[in-house]
Amino acid sequence: MKFGIVVNEGPYTHQASDSALQFARAALAKGHEIVRVFFYNDGVNNGTRLTVPPQDDRNLQKSWSELAAKHGLDLVVCIAAAQRRGVLDAGEAKRHGKDADNIAPGFRISGLGQLVEAAILADRMVTFGD
Amino acid sequence: MSTLHTVNKSPFERAALISALGHVRPGDALLMIEDAVVGARKRTAFAAVVEAAAKICALFVLAPDLAARGMAEKDLIEGIKTVDYGGFVDLAAKHRRVQSWL
Repeated sequence: MKFGIVVNEGPYTHQASDSALQFARAALAKGHEIVRVFFYNDGVNNGTRLTVPPQDDRNLQKSWSELAAKHGLDLVVCIAAAQRRGVLDAGEAKRHGKDADNIAPGFRISGLGQLVEAAILADRMVTFGD
Repeated sequence: MSTLHTVNKSPFERAALISALGHVRPGDALLMIEDAVVGARKRTAFAAVVEAAAKICALFVLAPDLAARGMAEKDLIEGIKTVDYGGFVDLAAKHRRVQSWL
């Protein structure tokens, strides 16, 4: 079965990012396909590679990148939400005259059309948020 | 056309669980995750509403979230079942759609 996942909450806020990650792992372990994980609102903060959580804490951003690399996941952050929160790829950084970018490996920046498309492609959409 | 409802906030914090329980239909399932697992506890101020809903549809709690809050199956309202993340995935696959009550 094809799943689409939406994450509306930032990492280390409450539990939504953790729940989404665990759900994604469990779905993949059962042989399901994840057509896309769409990060919206504060959820885009899952897509920065500059986080340095304490060594004894989980690293959510890194976990998403690792899961994406292992399973070829499409991790998409909403462009408007990302720009507001300072999550930029090289192209967006250049376009806005910023001196750095911070998008994490496996993530890409795109628009709400990707959320609509995920809902069309997926058999089930599961939303995690605040 | 059954629905899996998911709720992630305690009924003491948000109205989502009570709202969701008011919308469940026979054949649906409702899964309490994160802080919503508190809603599955016996003898709370919300227990009567949850017990009534348990007669209409299947109620579940996510076991790891239950354990993280120091609760066990013996603390749950009768008839509420526990699932792990794999069980969550199975419930999502079994029902026609998933409604997250955020």
